[in-house]
Amino acid sequence: MTATARRRQRRAAPAVARARSRVPRSFAVPAALAVGFLAIPLVGLLGRTPWGSIGAELTSPRVLEALRLSLVCSTGAVAVSVALGVPLAFLLARVEFPGRNLVRALTTLPMVLPPVVGGVALLLAFGRRGLVGQWLDRAFGITLPFTTAGAILAEAFVAMPFLVITVEAGLRAMDRRFEDAAATLGAGRWTILRRVTLPLIAPSLGAGVALCWARALGEFGATITFAGNLPGVTQTMPLAVYIALETDLEAAIALSLILLFISLGVLVALRDRWFPSA
Amino acid sequence: MSLEAGIGLRLGRLDLEVELAVGTGELVVLLGPNGAGKTTLLRALAGLVPLDRGRVTLDGAVLEDTAAGAWVPTERRPVGFVFQDYLLFPHLSALENVAFGLRARGLARAEARRRAAAWLDRVGLAAHAAARPRALSGGQAQRVALARAMVGEPRLLLLDEPLAALDAATRTEVRRDLGRHLASFAGTRLLVTHDPLEALALADRLVVLEGGRVTQSGSPAEISGRPRSRYVAELVGVNLYRGRADGATVQLAGGGRLVAAGDHDGEVFAAVHPQAVALHRRVPEGTPRNVLAGTADTLDVVGDRVRVRVAGPVPIVAEITPAAASELRLADGGPVWASVKATEVTVYPA
Repeated sequence: MTATARRRQRRAAPAVARARSRVPRSFAVPAALAVGFLAIPLVGLLGRTPWGSIGAELTSPRVLEALRLSLVCSTGAVAVSVALGVPLAFLLARVEFPGRNLVRALTTLPMVLPPVVGGVALLLAFGRRGLVGQWLDRAFGITLPFTTAGAILAEAFVAMPFLVITVEAGLRAMDRRFEDAAATLGAGRWTILRRVTLPLIAPSLGAGVALCWARALGEFGATITFAGNLPGVTQTMPLAVYIALETDLEAAIALSLILLFISLGVLVALRDRWFPSA
Repeated sequence: MSLEAGIGLRLGRLDLEVELAVGTGELVVLLGPNGAGKTTLLRALAGLVPLDRGRVTLDGAVLEDTAAGAWVPTERRPVGFVFQDYLLFPHLSALENVAFGLRARGLARAEARRRAAAWLDRVGLAAHAAARPRALSGGQAQRVALARAMVGEPRLLLLDEPLAALDAATRTEVRRDLGRHLASFAGTRLLVTHDPLEALALADRLVVLEGGRVTQSGSPAEISGRPRSRYVAELVGVNLYRGRADGATVQLAGGGRLVAAGDHDGEVFAAVHPQAVALHRRVPEGTPRNVLAGTADTLDVVGDRVRVRVAGPVPIVAEITPAAASELRLADGGPVWASVKATEVTVYPA
């Protein structure tokens, strides 16, 4: 083989690979714009961060208060979602009952519903004069709006569907014959649940919890509508960012930075599930 | 009888209607083609599939009786089950897999682990106690599954294609081990397979299941000597015909006739072993009572012999030596005559 032929062949190989991908070359331009559009705001945030005073900002009482409240509310919302959502996922995945598809649609509605609308709906249901709220008030003296419990409720309303659909998908994908095997070994329903089913769907459960928690942590619309914006009671981090933006830009940036790093953490935790080979 | 089952159930396209009895200490092998309902039958006996109608008793105790509304749930049946792909719990070690049933039945953790370890030792896997199922070979996984099913001392052991997941090279060795472990089990054993070799090697008694019905039952020798269905005939490699006997003559259902030795009457099967069939290029002279004309259709080399499928009014398979095959130029096709002595035709009532 001559030197030219060898060179030509070397040049030909990547050209063939490019031709095989069958993607129009002009797509590179909008694709690059998309990446820039998604990345530049993050660069802007990092670029404006007052790295010198960030330590002081992060430990200021106002930021710590919002951070504490956000952790309490989002963890509470996850607890509510797990307690109610995991049994619901089991029913949706395993039990045939009339109206199952309707229930599933209702369950996932908060994922597409504007959160503000969710907040209004919560107010009409659990507000002091709401459908359930007035009864709660009269019977137990419980009021939810403008309380921390109300903020937890608002976050759970928006975040629970993420847990339910993830766990339901995990249950559907699981080989149920493992449960049969456990039954032939003398295990009853609770033993099977505890020692076989839950361990086998642990990855789905973990992903569902992470998604649910991340969604609850970032909740804004439903919370501010239903629970208001009371510092120390219902003013979680996203609400604090929004308020701080008008008065104290550096505090807003510090809070945003925290939320950004938490989101990155969730992304890293879920990478095996969402990007298994890439 | 230890296990007595009358089972009727429909599941999708399967319509299962089976009467089955297995004695204590007996090893019955359920043989049948894919989709015959073998696995469903085992699952029904374990209580994993409810019966539409029927009754299952084990050592006199009723496990299920649709007429009386009795039903013992799977976890309370004294049944061990080895599944086709073993279904070892992937999140538990080999030892924890074997100990699982003992723990579920309320044994203390330490005692359960001690007994499980003893069983792992018995199947030669003491060194792999801590291994996850993913790290085990097919043969090792099968032995863990066997130990897991037997450690609870069930009275009925059900095995669903225990060798099907293994490659051919390890199968022979694992089959010998399996036979040894099954022999050490005192209770009732029911094993499902579609592999005739496995069936003949392990069975005290064979039950053939086809299309949800038992078509034949008996010792391996009886089944292979007197097949009663095309499926069994092909498994054991015998020519099988159905017909009506009148004295020594059998009028075949598909046309043509065979002459046998001895006297028979009514609906019969006629079986001819391929090695008893001789082939000729001209109409044979001499004493053979059965001469079947046809053409040499397909040739297969089986071991040191050639199986020749002769297509004609009465199709027949002959097994001849490679020398005879080349001498007769069978590979060229063309007309052949197959001859069978009357004494080589086995006739038995249908």
